[in-house]
Amino acid sequence: MLNRIFHDQLQLGLAQSAAAALAALVVVLLARRRAIHLERESLVAMARGLVQIIAVGSVLHLLLRGPRWTSVFLLVVMTLAAGATSARRAKHIPGAFRVSAWSIAMGAGSVIALMTWLGVIDTSITALVPVGSMLIANSMNTNGLALNRFRADVVAHVGEIETALALGAEAKTSVAPYVQASFEASLIPAIDSLRSLGIVWIPGLMAGMLLSGARPVYAAIYQFVVLAMIFAASGLTSLASTFMMPAHIFTAADQLLLQPGK
Amino acid sequence: MPALSHLDDAEGSHRPVLRAEDLTRTVNGKILVDHASFTVQTGEILALVGPSGAGKSSLLRLLNRLDEPSSGTVYLENQDYRQIAPRELRRKLGMVMQRPYLFPETVESNLQFGPRQRGQTLTALEVESLLARVGLEGYASRNVANLSGGEAQRVSFARTLANSPSVLLLDEPTSALDEASKAGIESLIGEIVRAHSLTCVLVTHDRAQALRLARRALLMEAGRIVRQGDASEVLHA
Repeated sequence: MLNRIFHDQLQLGLAQSAAAALAALVVVLLARRRAIHLERESLVAMARGLVQIIAVGSVLHLLLRGPRWTSVFLLVVMTLAAGATSARRAKHIPGAFRVSAWSIAMGAGSVIALMTWLGVIDTSITALVPVGSMLIANSMNTNGLALNRFRADVVAHVGEIETALALGAEAKTSVAPYVQASFEASLIPAIDSLRSLGIVWIPGLMAGMLLSGARPVYAAIYQFVVLAMIFAASGLTSLASTFMMPAHIFTAADQLLLQPGK
Repeated sequence: MPALSHLDDAEGSHRPVLRAEDLTRTVNGKILVDHASFTVQTGEILALVGPSGAGKSSLLRLLNRLDEPSSGTVYLENQDYRQIAPRELRRKLGMVMQRPYLFPETVESNLQFGPRQRGQTLTALEVESLLARVGLEGYASRNVANLSGGEAQRVSFARTLANSPSVLLLDEPTSALDEASKAGIESLIGEIVRAHSLTCVLVTHDRAQALRLARRALLMEAGRIVRQGDASEVLHA
């Protein structure tokens, strides 16, 4: 209905936002009848979300018209932001940001570079940035899961780790079971996504390609390509971070820095 | 339980093997160990005694460098332990923890763990010999999940002995055991030390146990060594 009234894309977008916000407002009013007051919080969150996303859209609008190196710049910024975000999952691990940023750069970066070189990812900014950001975002999640699990396992098994050290084991040997467990656990979402593709969910990229008129079979195949790339990038990221992380939780004299309560 | 304090009177056993010099450890401004200095003679059992939180276990952890001293150092056979590779130091100063922390495999694979870190493998005969020393003959293929608390602690002893340490550091090895197992482990400590002329530093909050096992004792309070000397004098004062 709205697309019959508004022919300008920007006006249509604002009208669609108003309609979606109206649905949210109904929920707020229903909650109010149950004496649950979400009015202020919801309004502020919606206004803030709208302003933020329009700001990001405007910046992208400018950047996507820039030269091709802009996409490299954008992907590097995204990698650094992803490193900072997933490092928060590894509180009290020294060097967590450095490990995260390098792991994501190695995992997502190498897959993006290889796939761009092979022609799987188009070199245009409008293709490279969205697909690259998907790989970086998923690598970030995998890295966060790996670090979080590793930290939790180490803190829960300080006795076993220090027993191994006391028996003359190298630091990396003493945490080897927890490195393996965190690597395996971090890849569960990527494996499940691949396994359930098309049965449980139709991913956003495929839906977008269909909406923009791509052939359904090609859209489906490309979606598999993206998920396989996500799996590869996530796996490499997790391999890199679980390889680097143990060195950061021991001193030079193989003393465990992570202890319960930290 | 017979008195075992005569064990450390073995002939020619008055050479210092371990010397702590002004050891201090401070964490976030809290002093855990405060300028501790003492000597351990070859073949003796030295008891570190004191109430919970006195710093006994913290001091023991400093001895095999599981923690780093804020100041001071330890000399092992007259060599500053910071000059010894941590893995070699820990092999020489075998530690038995309060809880056994067995690796979830068989008894034998636990015994093989230490030697394997140096690229060595114990023969079946050596494994049986170690198990015999802790009273667990025929236990090699058992899964550690099926052991009692006392048996698990015996395996933990055997696992440490598999590294042929020159000093045993025992951190409250009986505190998590029932009375019967506790008496068994106490006898075991005495037998092992006597049979192999081992030197032993025993952390315990149990003064009676310290008197049964050790001739010398250090009494700790709030991180400081407040008395040291003959066990009966230190603990009865």
